[in-house]
Amino acid sequence: MSYLLRKKTTKKKTISNNPAIPMQRNSHSSRRDFIRRLAGAGLIAGTGGQLLRAAEVADVTLPFANGGRKLVQFPGKRPLILLTSRPPQLETPFGIFNDGLLTPNDAFYVRYHLAAIPLSIDPDQFRLEIKGVVKTPLSLSLQDLKTQFEQIETVAVAQCSGNSRGFSNPRVAGGQLGNGAMGNARWKGVRLKDVLEKAGLSAKAKQVSFDGLDTAVIDKTPDFVKPLDIEQIMAGEIMIAHTMNGEDLPMLNGFPLRLVVPGYYATYWVKHLHEVTVLEDEFEGFWMNPAYRIPTTGGGFIEPGTKPEATVPINSLNVRSFITSHADHDTLPVGKPTTIRGIAFDGGEGIKEVEFSADGGNSWRSAKLGEDLGRFSFREWTIPFTPSKKGTAHWKVRAFNRIGASQPMEPLWNPSGYMRNVVETVEVEIA
Amino acid sequence: MKYFIFPALLGLLSMGAIPAASGEAKTIELPVPESATYKQIKGVDLAMSYCYTCHSAEYAASQPPLPRTFWAGTVAKMRDKFGAPIPDSVVEDLTDYLTAAYGTK
Repeated sequence: MSYLLRKKTTKKKTISNNPAIPMQRNSHSSRRDFIRRLAGAGLIAGTGGQLLRAAEVADVTLPFANGGRKLVQFPGKRPLILLTSRPPQLETPFGIFNDGLLTPNDAFYVRYHLAAIPLSIDPDQFRLEIKGVVKTPLSLSLQDLKTQFEQIETVAVAQCSGNSRGFSNPRVAGGQLGNGAMGNARWKGVRLKDVLEKAGLSAKAKQVSFDGLDTAVIDKTPDFVKPLDIEQIMAGEIMIAHTMNGEDLPMLNGFPLRLVVPGYYATYWVKHLHEVTVLEDEFEGFWMNPAYRIPTTGGGFIEPGTKPEATVPINSLNVRSFITSHADHDTLPVGKPTTIRGIAFDGGEGIKEVEFSADGGNSWRSAKLGEDLGRFSFREWTIPFTPSKKGTAHWKVRAFNRIGASQPMEPLWNPSGYMRNVVETVEVEIA
Repeated sequence: MKYFIFPALLGLLSMGAIPAASGEAKTIELPVPESATYKQIKGVDLAMSYCYTCHSAEYAASQPPLPRTFWAGTVAKMRDKFGAPIPDSVVEDLTDYLTAAYGTK
């Protein structure tokens, strides 16, 4: 029964041995003896067709074409909605967002781009390297990070750029996600700015790039590296996080360190962060261009089915809100008082108001905002409600932030399926 | 950059056991059995040869139902952007397979 991993290159056990496929080469890991990685197809016993399904629990159906998904339990996680196994991509079943404002670590979504992910990391030997145009390159242990720098804490939403992509109309390529590729956590760590200042930034520093331990299976695939501008970093909110909701980061969410960029889409939140490089020039790499770019116009949206004239890297979260207490096809008794509950968030301006409609958007009432965990956190909202009319009802929620930005009544579109933030609707039956 | 090298541990690692040097390594076991295989129709050997090396079948199997132009673009992206070693001679057959298995007519 054992699916123990073999280290690095072993004889491939794929169904067809094609000499055109290069042997797995973990050329990186020979230099990193504190880690062991999943190397790719060679490590999965080929069974020629049906694979064993020991870890499967149940099926769910996301409400778009080809939306059938398995619920699968991965290490450190409860059963989550499986998008892909290798590399792992898991989304949070939406009901979990009603359990509380902080998304539990074992329910937090998982997203990797490249399949050679770390499986075993020795925290005592791990080092975070700070290099590039700095006065003194640093090689910091976890102990160094936890004791030599001020510790900071922020509650912040991590949301996948392509969260909700499966709802795009017209459909687009990419990870076909429902609304579960997001989560809210209390992150603890050190200011990136403080670490860089210890290394001593050159006056010529323009950007900083971030590289994690996960890497590609073949050499020609671009490694996942993301940069950020020095000005944004010096504003002081970006964190190198070692703790998530009071515990070590789960392995699948980036143990032992990840970047936390409050208010920005999670593509920048590099997992298993191990190399920070200060650059004099603007970083050029696949994962910044052409990947992860949005149209410059329309708040990142264009006419459906068209191509943008110009693009920029994806950046701040837009305003979103959801009903979490009730789901599509729920039935409620007419005349019985209930409380409707949900969440709202944005890119850090802060949620100012949330409104609820029981009649498909014809009329709106103000909801009550709950505890404020900070401008980057999920904000709870509630409204007492007594359904008065039998039949199908379309409930809607919309949020406004402190600068007045809100959400479109009809969904907006871009070719990558990024940044969806339409006013959400739940269809319920009053009986 | 200095790394501690423990050659004796390579043997341990190959058995899946995790060495604890001065501290304990954090370890997870994968793979969880993959939930999907490439559809067993004509051309599946191409997907197993050229796609399966880098990622599991769900990447293809979870895409929305779209016509051949979508899959042609996907194969091109894998070759041009991700370095997939797909020879010219295989491109059309692989595209036909992906369309037949996951696309629309």
